[in-house]
Amino acid sequence: MPKIEVNEARCKGCQLCTKACPKQCIEMSDTFSTTGYYPARLAKQDCCIGCGMCFQVCPDIAITVFR
Amino acid sequence: MSEKVLMKGNEALAEGAIRAGCRFFAGYPITPQNEVPEYMSWRQEETGGAFVQAESEVSAVNMLYGAAATGVRAMTSSSSPGVSLKQEGISYMAGADLPCLIVNIMRGGPGLGNIAGAQGDYTQATRGGGNGDYRTLVLAPFSVQELANFPKKAFELSEKYRIPAMILADGILGQMMEGMSYDFEPVDPKTLPQPAWAIGGKHADRKRNMVFSYALGEGELEKMVLKRAERYALIERDEVLYEERDTQDAEVLIVAYGISARASIAAMNMARANGVKAGLLRPITLWPFPTKRIAELSKKVKAVLCVEMSMGQMKVDVDLAVKGSCPVYLHAKPGAFFPVAEEIATAAESALNGKKDQLFSLEDLVKNAENKTYAVNNPICKEGALL
Amino acid sequence: MNAITKRPSALTEAQFHYCPGCGHSVVHRLTAEVIDELNIKDRAVVVAPVGCAVFADKYFDVDSIQGPHGRGPAIATGIKRAKPDSIVFSYQGDGDLASIGMAEIVHAAARGENITVIFINNTIYGMTGGQMAPTTLVGQVATTAPKGRNEKLQGNPINVSEMLAQLKSAKYIERVSSDSAPNIIKAKKAIKKAFQNQIDGLGFSFVEVLSICPTNWGTTPLKGLDFLREKMMAQYPLGVFKDVTAANKEGK
Repeated sequence: MPKIEVNEARCKGCQLCTKACPKQCIEMSDTFSTTGYYPARLAKQDCCIGCGMCFQVCPDIAITVFR
Repeated sequence: MSEKVLMKGNEALAEGAIRAGCRFFAGYPITPQNEVPEYMSWRQEETGGAFVQAESEVSAVNMLYGAAATGVRAMTSSSSPGVSLKQEGISYMAGADLPCLIVNIMRGGPGLGNIAGAQGDYTQATRGGGNGDYRTLVLAPFSVQELANFPKKAFELSEKYRIPAMILADGILGQMMEGMSYDFEPVDPKTLPQPAWAIGGKHADRKRNMVFSYALGEGELEKMVLKRAERYALIERDEVLYEERDTQDAEVLIVAYGISARASIAAMNMARANGVKAGLLRPITLWPFPTKRIAELSKKVKAVLCVEMSMGQMKVDVDLAVKGSCPVYLHAKPGAFFPVAEEIATAAESALNGKKDQLFSLEDLVKNAENKTYAVNNPICKEGALL
Repeated sequence: MNAITKRPSALTEAQFHYCPGCGHSVVHRLTAEVIDELNIKDRAVVVAPVGCAVFADKYFDVDSIQGPHGRGPAIATGIKRAKPDSIVFSYQGDGDLASIGMAEIVHAAARGENITVIFINNTIYGMTGGQMAPTTLVGQVATTAPKGRNEKLQGNPINVSEMLAQLKSAKYIERVSSDSAPNIIKAKKAIKKAFQNQIDGLGFSFVEVLSICPTNWGTTPLKGLDFLREKMMAQYPLGVFKDVTAANKEGK
């Protein structure tokens, strides 16, 4: 099953990935990262289709897509 | 060694730069330095170098910044108002520790001033000129021969210390013709080592290089400025150049650079013929200034006379050297007219005798300037002259 | 399962200092990917501007030079003329390029310098804190236009791409956007073409990228996207404004 991994240390919580995901699989965490942001995370397992849209819009190259 | 030829100052300088291995030139038209870019426009092409006529002096100096960062011997030239515009890039190159050559064929100022030769940019040149705490190495030629020789010297010093170098000449030197020869073998740029810090080109064999002048981390800028200051101290210790004439028994020391020194040599001889023991110290590097030597001489002479085509800009440095050991007088010829030997000789004699009233006071200068007719008779100063 | 995305090797590991959602970061990644794909890392030179992208030299793992405000195209000219092997790109924002550096960009294009220029248009001065730029839209609020840009006092925005396209020696001018994944993919194609043109010696190539600046627009990244699409794209339509590279290539 495809998935994404979010590098919390790089994510600045801009939320652009949440809108870019065609399946709405991504949500924002409700706990702070070490850099003081609410980082993005994969909300649901078995949701990601590995399309890479989130990677495209992520300004901080915080997302790695696995397929 | 080339044969002796008659050459115009600006062209001798341009050819001197080419022979020194300069393979990049960017400039913008301004009188009285136009022969430099004109000469470079065909000569760079002929030697495989690059010539760019920029859209402004600001752009030209930034082209120089880019080219100098690649490690090639690169230069720009201009005249006073244009050099003011170049200060942005000069400050950046000083901050990025890049060697390069900037030529200022000075004209009258401030503002548009006039197009005749002048020495009004002394302070700008020797104190850095742009923003920040830095210096440029300043060479002041006094002949077409030196205009031809100094680009090589300037590049070598500039590379040795990673500091922008300036040749500070004036419109008279730039425009006059004199017999000269190139007394060094032309430098093949391919034989010059590629500096380790240079950017550009294909470089599979090295890591990336970064050229920048910023230092935002705490204490970083202080370290950078201090490191530069250490190099400046070495330059002040090792690279001072000056020429002395008849200082052995001199009682009055004339200090003059560039074209003012030419008139001062004649004046010195006139004074000596009248029994006045005059000597001359001609600073060749204006920064570093021959402070130490002037200090030594000031203890032996009875007076020092500064001759310059500006209102005492160089005299500030002479005062700092003399530190009150003897009186320091100024014979100023501002407004782009060069000093006359007879007047300098009179001033030297008056200085020696402590006769302040004969020393061409500010009042005298104003009176003379109003009475004299040479200004209107001089063709380059007529209404409608090319600016 | 394998990772299908990666950080381009032409970027250092340094964390971008840009604000959350900033378009600079996206364009940095695209440019670095292009450098990787064209295999020019060992001869690329980035000319970093003054403005938010001043530290572009810390991010691109290639030779770099940081220059005075607006002078990027002049510096790039000096490097390219002195070392023609180099692939030189000037990376500039709208204050840098369209205001203080207007002369430099126009004349580099007019000379047909064989360089690549990446122009980030976010309609505002970012680094200095949201002052009005030449690209600020009429009515758009800026810290030096607190009531919004007034056409009567401050005139209208400058459309740089359209303007440069008038110059005969400019070879490739395109405006793209960084607002969505499909547009970002198109933006990369444009950037790649702008670099390929330089490699092929075809001359001056220019890519304008519309970008959001949520911080200085006083909005969130997501709302910023709406502003970009609704307002900016009306003033700055996307598209190729000039491309004479195909003809030049055939003529070679």
